[in-house]
Amino acid sequence: MRDLHGWPDPGPIRIGVYVCHCGANIAGTVDVRAISEYAASLPGVAVSRDYKYMCSDPGQALIKDDIASHDLNRVVVASCSPLLHELTFRRALNAAGINPFFLQMVNIREHVSWVHLDKRAATEKTQALIRAAVRRVSLHKPLQKRRVPINPNVLVVGGGIAGIHAALTLADAGKQVHLVEREPTIGGHMAMFDKTFPTLDCAACILTPKMTAVGSHPNIALRTYSEVVQVDGYIGNYKVKIKRKPRYIIDELCLGCQECIAACVYKEGKAPDEFNLGLSKRKPVYLPFPQAVPQKVVIDPETCIEFKSGKCKKTCIEACGERKAIDFKQKETFEEIEVGAIILATGFKTFAPVRNPNCGYGRYQNVYTSLEVERLINASGPTSGEVVLRDGKRPHSVGIIHCVGSRDANTNRWCSKVCCMYSLKLAHLVKERTGAEVFNFYIDMRTPGKGYEEFYDRLLDEGVHFVRGRVAEVSDWAVHPSEEGKLVIRAEDTLAGFVRRIPVDMVILSVGLEPQADAQDVRRLFNISCSSEGWFLERHPKLAPVSTFTEGVFIAGACQGPKDIPESVAQAGAAAAEALALIDAQFVEMEPYTASVLEEECSGCKSCIPLCPYQAIAFLEDKKKASVNEVLCKGCGTCVAGCPSGSIQQNFFEDEEIFAEIEGVLSYA
Amino acid sequence: MKFAYYPGCSLRGTGRAYEESLLAVFRALDIELEELDDWNCCGATTYMSVDELTSYALAGRNLALAERKRQDIVAPCAACYLVLNKTQHYMEDYPEIKLTVTRALAAIGLTYDNHVRVRHPLDILLNDVGLKAIAAKVKRPLKGLKVAPYYGCQIVRPYSTFDDQRNPTSMDRLLEACGAKMVHYSLKTRCCGGSQKGTLPEIGLDLIHYLLSEAHKYGAEAIATVCPLCQFNLESFQKESGDRHHPISIPVVYFSQLLALALGAPANKIGLQRSLVPIGSVLAEKEIAYA
Repeated sequence: MRDLHGWPDPGPIRIGVYVCHCGANIAGTVDVRAISEYAASLPGVAVSRDYKYMCSDPGQALIKDDIASHDLNRVVVASCSPLLHELTFRRALNAAGINPFFLQMVNIREHVSWVHLDKRAATEKTQALIRAAVRRVSLHKPLQKRRVPINPNVLVVGGGIAGIHAALTLADAGKQVHLVEREPTIGGHMAMFDKTFPTLDCAACILTPKMTAVGSHPNIALRTYSEVVQVDGYIGNYKVKIKRKPRYIIDELCLGCQECIAACVYKEGKAPDEFNLGLSKRKPVYLPFPQAVPQKVVIDPETCIEFKSGKCKKTCIEACGERKAIDFKQKETFEEIEVGAIILATGFKTFAPVRNPNCGYGRYQNVYTSLEVERLINASGPTSGEVVLRDGKRPHSVGIIHCVGSRDANTNRWCSKVCCMYSLKLAHLVKERTGAEVFNFYIDMRTPGKGYEEFYDRLLDEGVHFVRGRVAEVSDWAVHPSEEGKLVIRAEDTLAGFVRRIPVDMVILSVGLEPQADAQDVRRLFNISCSSEGWFLERHPKLAPVSTFTEGVFIAGACQGPKDIPESVAQAGAAAAEALALIDAQFVEMEPYTASVLEEECSGCKSCIPLCPYQAIAFLEDKKKASVNEVLCKGCGTCVAGCPSGSIQQNFFEDEEIFAEIEGVLSYA
Repeated sequence: MKFAYYPGCSLRGTGRAYEESLLAVFRALDIELEELDDWNCCGATTYMSVDELTSYALAGRNLALAERKRQDIVAPCAACYLVLNKTQHYMEDYPEIKLTVTRALAAIGLTYDNHVRVRHPLDILLNDVGLKAIAAKVKRPLKGLKVAPYYGCQIVRPYSTFDDQRNPTSMDRLLEACGAKMVHYSLKTRCCGGSQKGTLPEIGLDLIHYLLSEAHKYGAEAIATVCPLCQFNLESFQKESGDRHHPISIPVVYFSQLLALALGAPANKIGLQRSLVPIGSVLAEKEIAYA
């Protein structure tokens, strides 16, 4: 006789119990032989054994053989955490021809042997857990994993180097990629840099070919100036709503000739240029930077006269002429796409040094952040690559303060990882461009990485000064005439053992990396977790670094934690590979632990609906009953616990199964 | 608004001008103060370095008295403000200190459950009263009087409850609301020398000189302080530190004196007549009436 799923009718309960020694891991603390003998005495148990390594091939063979020879239809394995080997043993059951969900595991390693010292007590506790499992497993029902087809398209959120690399990898593999970037251009932080450490190759020279490739790739649908506003669905089948902000330029018509910019009624820049961090001004119509992708201008309604007064001469429209690419009436638009996997590469923000007033940022005009200096050094930056002070003069001495907003109990405790290396790079470049004396103030130099320590050595040879000491303050208070008109950096030199006052013309703050300001909103949108610091949380820090706890959503780059370019690229490649592996399987197997509503008992109170974190419960208006969508249900059990009339039940966690387990633990034989 | 007023010893001694002016300000702004009945030494001065526990117990008694009245404490003196705050923090963080203090209080029939907030006048004026309300009551604008805002260390470190530890701005904003102009002063929270003038006079005088000369360099016509000890150091030793470096003469007043003046109080009712370096000529030059 066969049941609904095609599995043979199990007939009377015959349980096999298998107790694993795990070498000495379990056997050292639990009397495994006694447990095995005890189990044999329990009702329903047909056979009971202990073995050195149940997870080994011979261990599994033991189970399979017993199923055949002893006619077993339920199996209890007492070994390690089910996270590690539940799948192994389920496969063994399946191979032996019984439903894999007729298995119950008892974790006597992490829950018993590793946390107890007293062998007698540990053995007693194991007996209780075995009793529970034996009672429970006899109530197990045959279950079937579900197969769901996967949409082969992928969404990549964030167009920095990580997002670009992930998108290109997937697109080159023939997948359709939707790349969404909230700024008017892709490129991210990397596009703002001049050189990259430790090789000093030009950031633009290595980045812009990849940006152009994204812009022209037939498999990439690039949406800039756009944001994801809604995500529904589940692994393999996500529905994503994207908002496109108005550029006031018709993308398809704009050629990027920039004649409108030249023709704008403002002859000079008017608003702080975001790309140059406010170090220069831009016009209301602008291209963020020369190599921007796409090469489409943007109009900023905050500064454009036409938006302010409606009385502009509109010389831009005149300049655009026949192409008619300018549209002052453009509105934001929404679009819905369907994808099977999502890669988040939303990056980081730099620490705002006003939060650390010791450093004088915002009070003394010649205190800069490292990112601002990147722009000063960059040939397309506000000073065309000249490193000059606000008054246009060249600095003769420059102090670089490390760990601003990093390794600091008052702000951020973490090491931002990239600052030592970029500080070395800036020290080299500033010295090269200005000939200034450069002082680095550091806590520890952290330069692990290929060619990184060698770069540090090179800087030492170049005569850059290094002072080991956390900076106490930057001040314009001159004690000595030589300090007049300078910024004095005061720090304890912990190698020399005294306090130094070093007067400089320019101070560069090596600001740390922080989660994006809206990381929590994005986290909620995509239903993933953040670490306590606010970085996106990976599924496992070592073994699943680009996966999240939401299946089908991957993370890459600095949104997961501070990372330099090589690491971000490596992680983006890994995320793309994981997404590919998922898509190419064409379908996904889902655990059958779904909840279902007992219609005759449901009162239609709807209290379960808002409880569901996956929007899996709908209300059937015709029947006035709640209904769980099996495909959306993740089996978290929240609705089961929340239902006031107890009319929701969950596969594998049915009330009678749980009660049997509890009774088993509590019944002393 | 009603608070328990804790003057401490300074405001009845060298800091009389602080008390006179502060009471005038609070009166003008309708903030009611009720002096804490039977208050004792705050526990600062030398207690803290000789016998910390006694110091916490002394502070604890003042806190317990205020708690019995269900009032928050206003502690204008920076040293009192710090010790009262510190005692609260230490009683929360260290159970053994809490136990000892609680036992000492029990011996005199008092209890303390950490329900009292210790407030500084700057905090109350800025956050409870507000700049707008104060500006609205200004009768004698300070007409761009150039003031160096000097906070000293104790009200912002280590418990910066209402202002930044390194770059406080509460006094700047209050005095600006009264029409004064704050000069650039990067030594806002640097050491005034404390009691070094008594123990290592050269160091004390150097520190005093740094503060005076930096204010002078940026054209300050007066230094405003929030701490009786800072005020005493900066005002009383101008000649001595001048002899050691170069002479600088600059009025050093409590912020509350400038506020009270702006709110219309006569100079001789707010302790300005007690100044060793009189501010009268500066005010006269700006045509700010101060009688």
